[in-house]
Amino acid sequence: MTKCFNYQIEQMLDKQGIAKRIAKEIKDGYYVNLGIGIPTLVANYIPETMDVVLQSENGLLGMGPFPFEGEEDADLINAGKQTITMLPGSATFDSAMSFGMIRARKVNLTILGAMEVSENGDIANWKIPGKMVKGMGGAMDLVASAENIIVAMQHVNKAGESKLLPQCSLPLTGVHCVKKIVTELGVFDVLPEGGFKLLERAPGVTIEEIKSATAGKLIVEGEIPEIIL
Amino acid sequence: MNKVVTDADEAIRDIEDGMTLMLGGFGLCGLPENCIAALVKKGVKQLTCISNNAGVDDFGIGLMLKQRQVKKMISSYVGENAEFERQLLSGELEVDLIPQGTLATRCMAAGYGMPAIFTPAGVGTEVAIGKEVRNFNGKDYLMEMAFDADFAIVKAWKGDTMGNLIYKSTARNFNPVMAMAGKITIAEVEELVEAGELEPDHIHTPGIYVHRIFQGKDYEKRIEHRTVRSKE
Repeated sequence: MTKCFNYQIEQMLDKQGIAKRIAKEIKDGYYVNLGIGIPTLVANYIPETMDVVLQSENGLLGMGPFPFEGEEDADLINAGKQTITMLPGSATFDSAMSFGMIRARKVNLTILGAMEVSENGDIANWKIPGKMVKGMGGAMDLVASAENIIVAMQHVNKAGESKLLPQCSLPLTGVHCVKKIVTELGVFDVLPEGGFKLLERAPGVTIEEIKSATAGKLIVEGEIPEIIL
Repeated sequence: MNKVVTDADEAIRDIEDGMTLMLGGFGLCGLPENCIAALVKKGVKQLTCISNNAGVDDFGIGLMLKQRQVKKMISSYVGENAEFERQLLSGELEVDLIPQGTLATRCMAAGYGMPAIFTPAGVGTEVAIGKEVRNFNGKDYLMEMAFDADFAIVKAWKGDTMGNLIYKSTARNFNPVMAMAGKITIAEVEELVEAGELEPDHIHTPGIYVHRIFQGKDYEKRIEHRTVRSKE
């Protein structure tokens, strides 16, 4: 069972902060798939000097910002069903090809949200039995194929329970796939041999606070720097 | 090779209770609105619908759900439909939730004449229960079967009298792969032109896959989440 955590930290990252930190993981020349929620915000923090192409799994490479008011096109949406625009050099394609390029590892980085992540890299984000059944959408395809998966999420759920667990309690989306997690408290590598390795902590957040909010195995080695946004 | 029918009612005339239908679209984008309206009017029941989403409460497949015309949905994401969720949790509706790429590729396999595909999506999850797992080059894959649908119903931007289709932007989504996969494929288009008027190099779906085509009318093209930015 997961423990309950109550913590009050004033300087932890907000959603924009999480997105901003994740944007630093994106490299020049990357094709990136952004999931719904916090991951969508990452697009706002990709430096303009960088050549990055966003993939939307409903069939678009080259996703641009939201349209100006009055210029919305019902035929042009992203995977979150929001109206969007296409940047110069965009390409559209069907759903089979979209997941073909994902399966074939042409997409360099996948950023998605999660309800739970386990210390061996399992992820759960599509179903709460008896309560919420929205479906997995493209998440199972993405996590099964992507080489590089970063999870953007809150460290604890609304009930105050840790989302970084020894093992997931909810139905899995994928196994041994998450490589990195960014929460409002810190940045973590998920080690191949198991465990959340703390890399950076949010400004003002102590290691003790992170420890008490992490139910899974937390590995802390040496000095842990603060996140620089 | 004239595939033209007058309207949606004629196109769906022989769809009967208990059949399996594929319906193109992603969310409310690229939906065969005219055919859905005709199916609602006709009142056929006990349908199995293969479609990425289930519409919203008052649009798309949601309209068919409301009338209890659907026995089973095969979809990847159904989050925007309260009536769907209610029928599912109460057990009135049978639902097979499958990964989006698996859904698309099972359509594609049918259209390419392949009985099955292997995909890593769902390995180690409840999606894998009862499925054959094969290891290729050290990685596990699930065997997923090609779909078998009585009808595929798709929406395209332009089409010609021979059934050749061109889609627009992300309204393409599942439409081309479903168009290839139906025993009978119905295409509704925003603009129907004479054969020869479309540039052959621009065709997305060759007419050989399409059995019936008509020019749709009164497209509502509803937007699910209208997101804009201000001009500064």
